[in-house]
Amino acid sequence: MTYSRPDEAGRFGQFGGAFAPETLMPALEELEAAFEDAWGDPEFHAELNDLRTRYVGRPTPTYHAKRLSDQLGLDLWLKREDLAHTGAHKINNTIGQGLLTKRMGKRRVIAETGAGQHGVATATACALLGLDCVVFMGEKDIERQALNVYRMKLLGAEVVSVSDGAGTLKDAVSAALRDWVATVEDTHYIIGSVVGPHPFPWIVREFQKVIGEELAADLDGAAGKPSPDVIVAPVGGGSNAMGVFYPFAGVEGVSLVGVEAAGFGIETGKHGASLGHGSPGVLHGSMTYMLQDEWGQVLEAHSISAGLDYPGVGPEHSYFKDAGLVDYVSVSDDEAVEAFHLLSETEGIIPALESSHGLAWIVREQAQLAGKTVVLNLSGRGDKDVQQIAGVDG
Amino acid sequence: MFAESREAGRGVLLPFLTAGLPDPVASVELFKTMADAGADGFEIGIPYADPLMDGPVIMAAGHRAIAQGITLPDALGVAAAVRETTQTPVLAMTYVNPVLRSGVREFFAQAAERGINGVIIPDLPIDEAAPFSAAAAEEGVGMVAFAAPTTTDERLDAVLETEPAFVYAIAEVGVTGERDAASENIHALAARIRARSDVPVVFGVGISTPEQAAAASRHGDGVIVGTAVVRRVMESSTTVQAADALRMFVSELRSAIDG
Ligand SMILES: Cc1ncc(COP(=O)(O)O)c(C=O)c1O
Repeated sequence: MTYSRPDEAGRFGQFGGAFAPETLMPALEELEAAFEDAWGDPEFHAELNDLRTRYVGRPTPTYHAKRLSDQLGLDLWLKREDLAHTGAHKINNTIGQGLLTKRMGKRRVIAETGAGQHGVATATACALLGLDCVVFMGEKDIERQALNVYRMKLLGAEVVSVSDGAGTLKDAVSAALRDWVATVEDTHYIIGSVVGPHPFPWIVREFQKVIGEELAADLDGAAGKPSPDVIVAPVGGGSNAMGVFYPFAGVEGVSLVGVEAAGFGIETGKHGASLGHGSPGVLHGSMTYMLQDEWGQVLEAHSISAGLDYPGVGPEHSYFKDAGLVDYVSVSDDEAVEAFHLLSETEGIIPALESSHGLAWIVREQAQLAGKTVVLNLSGRGDKDVQQIAGVDG
Repeated sequence: MFAESREAGRGVLLPFLTAGLPDPVASVELFKTMADAGADGFEIGIPYADPLMDGPVIMAAGHRAIAQGITLPDALGVAAAVRETTQTPVLAMTYVNPVLRSGVREFFAQAAERGINGVIIPDLPIDEAAPFSAAAAEEGVGMVAFAAPTTTDERLDAVLETEPAFVYAIAEVGVTGERDAASENIHALAARIRARSDVPVVFGVGISTPEQAAAASRHGDGVIVGTAVVRRVMESSTTVQAADALRMFVSELRSAIDG
């Protein structure tokens, strides 16, 4: 990319900014300063890199899925974020923000979670670093991701059930922000994606871009290795996708595809395709594409996948969309479930339902992708979804 | 409003209530009741489903109004009717997204047309306010700016530089809601603002009893009382019951402030 940080106003083009209550603004300024200081400090990087290597298990492998490649008639590689500690990319961000929390001298951490992966990753970082942890989670998500709720409790976190709205990720983010308005003096909010008011989208992208950097170093086209023609990632709030896309954005010869949730189908209005079928507005403190009605009320999203069930998206993705740097597409619940089974049976890897969306698009577009080197960001493992899929399959 | 109240040495009382409860017509009656009981003006909430600065009571009131089909134009209609019936100043409270969706200029033009005196947008910090303030100024509508106990001196200077209609001084670090104890922040925040400017200062957030209102208004030009008002309406099963509860509560607030 030709830029690194957003502009002075925290914007990526017209998107981003900080639309937050005045009570929070000083904490956002403090966070920006703390991050700038840490990101310029070799000691911070040394500590982070040590944890990435010895605790998280990075770099994660890029695996050549040969059986599925043969079946689809393309060359499929999986960036194995499912193998990172706790089973998803979310840990990349929570370890980074956990270290920042300590640098700022705060002792309490709050987080929201949809699929529970960010909640688990935050609870893990807090256990590791000795911080108190409270996770807000929608009522509906607590039900469909029960395994992760119990994992958070085992890790010593308190899980707060949020019954507002549809009881999903949007409501959990809102509840976390409301808590933060009251506790900001001693609490840091470890937001779980590249969303929220500036500087969060920038900070989370910086902590996640390790995914794309590792991929570029691994599939570098040298020594018998291919280089990616197409990189595909699921998009909920957009953090795993931003992490893998950012180092490749604008690079010639590589096309980037973000896959949103089409839920029951775009035409039903029950989906999570904010970029594909939303319009610009302000949600959770930043200007971005979102799902809203004619009066600016936020609409409820829908997806079988809790991590994609969100009516907004990170502002930098909105910028990428308008700049034509990434194509944003969508696949339905049913297509994602099919892909979930396909990867399990063909490669012995049970993917998260979020990641299954990425694979479902590759399956659908296999003819168009014939012969190409396609990398799927396998953002997480599917253990958390097994119970839900058992229910769907009956 | 503030010039007169200062002259008279009297704190301004601005109750907050969500527009359209229990229905658009009865809603205007409730505001009228409060005006008769001593309110000097009103903050009227445009219902929003995801209010980041509001606690459960005001959020529930917004959800109830939305469920009854109250839209942004309906809410502005209530505000216009309140302005007309009570002849007191009216401030519209909305979150930023409905304003953007309407179009910033269009929203303020509508507000002006309906006689709305000022607009309060709790998720619009000064850093993002310029286009909104410009539209407000062109349409002759006042903009309110916020100062919180967490606001740094540097930010406070910048807030005051925007020359707001008044400063909404946030009494509690937290979202709207009733508190048992009086805020410990009011004295210090008032002193910090006063040391810099003569702008009118109104305290809000967490001011829920007559004693708290009286104490806060002594440090500034007045108070906004929200959740305690909204809760009385939400707990009433008829409009008559709600009106009785508000008449009594607003009179108590009035006498405590006038002490
Ligand atoms: C495995 C996995 N992938 C993707 C997501 C979606 O989030 P994001 O778009 O921020 O990567 C989640 C969120 O919970 C997740 O758990």
